[in-house]
Amino acid sequence: MEAVLFFVAAIGALGGAIGVIAMRNPFYGVLALIVHLFSLAVLFLLLTAAFVAAAQVVVYAGAVMVLYVFVVAYVGGGVESAWEPIPGQRFLAPLLGIALFVELAIAVLASSLLALGHDGPHVNPGFGDPAAIGYLLLEKFLIPFEASSMLLMLAAVGAIVLASRREGESA
Amino acid sequence: MSIEWYVVLSALLFATGAIGILLRRSPIVILLCLELMLNAGNLALVAFSRMVGNQQGQVFALVVMVVAACEVVVGLGLIVAIFRRKLPLDVDELRELRG
Repeated sequence: MEAVLFFVAAIGALGGAIGVIAMRNPFYGVLALIVHLFSLAVLFLLLTAAFVAAAQVVVYAGAVMVLYVFVVAYVGGGVESAWEPIPGQRFLAPLLGIALFVELAIAVLASSLLALGHDGPHVNPGFGDPAAIGYLLLEKFLIPFEASSMLLMLAAVGAIVLASRREGESA
Repeated sequence: MSIEWYVVLSALLFATGAIGILLRRSPIVILLCLELMLNAGNLALVAFSRMVGNQQGQVFALVVMVVAACEVVVGLGLIVAIFRRKLPLDVDELRELRG
């Protein structure tokens, strides 16, 4: 059962990722990314990370993707020109990407981490649920938690400054 | 499923995102591919956290999510600013900083 779910979710995640890089229209790319994010949430559930999966669906597939859809609708999904400034970019880029994957796969499979080949240790039912993660965030990682809230506020202010309309600028 | 599968899938997703960044020229799609790479990193973090039976990796994944949200907000703000100035939305034509 777990294997079936894993392969379904893995195919969804990979298909969504390939959709993002293959779609000519950015709007369909955003939709493919939503598929990818939902599949990833299923994978997180399989890894007993319930809270991370919930946050993934609510924050990412909900809020962030709505932002993307708004901006794509505002900017207009123009189709990219076929002009290639770097000759052979179309063939070189996948080649470099495959080389990167081979390198990462060698690094993972040739590592001496014996635990990689197992399902992981048995964990208690509360592993990764909101209570456990919240306890960790507010007890052990309070300063990183506050720092990330600071970062969010700075990003919001920065976005307002960047996207605001300036004097003498026509809409 | 052994943890290897998750980690190899995460490597595959990361490489897919990297191909997208090298291949595409629209800044919006490049931001989407950055999301792919960050999410691949998240998957590896959660998988390793399961491997050692420790929840701290999941907290790390949540922090990565926060950083990704900030990156999206600033990136989309930049895209809107570029669009407002009627500049082309193509990373090969926006080459003023190339020197």
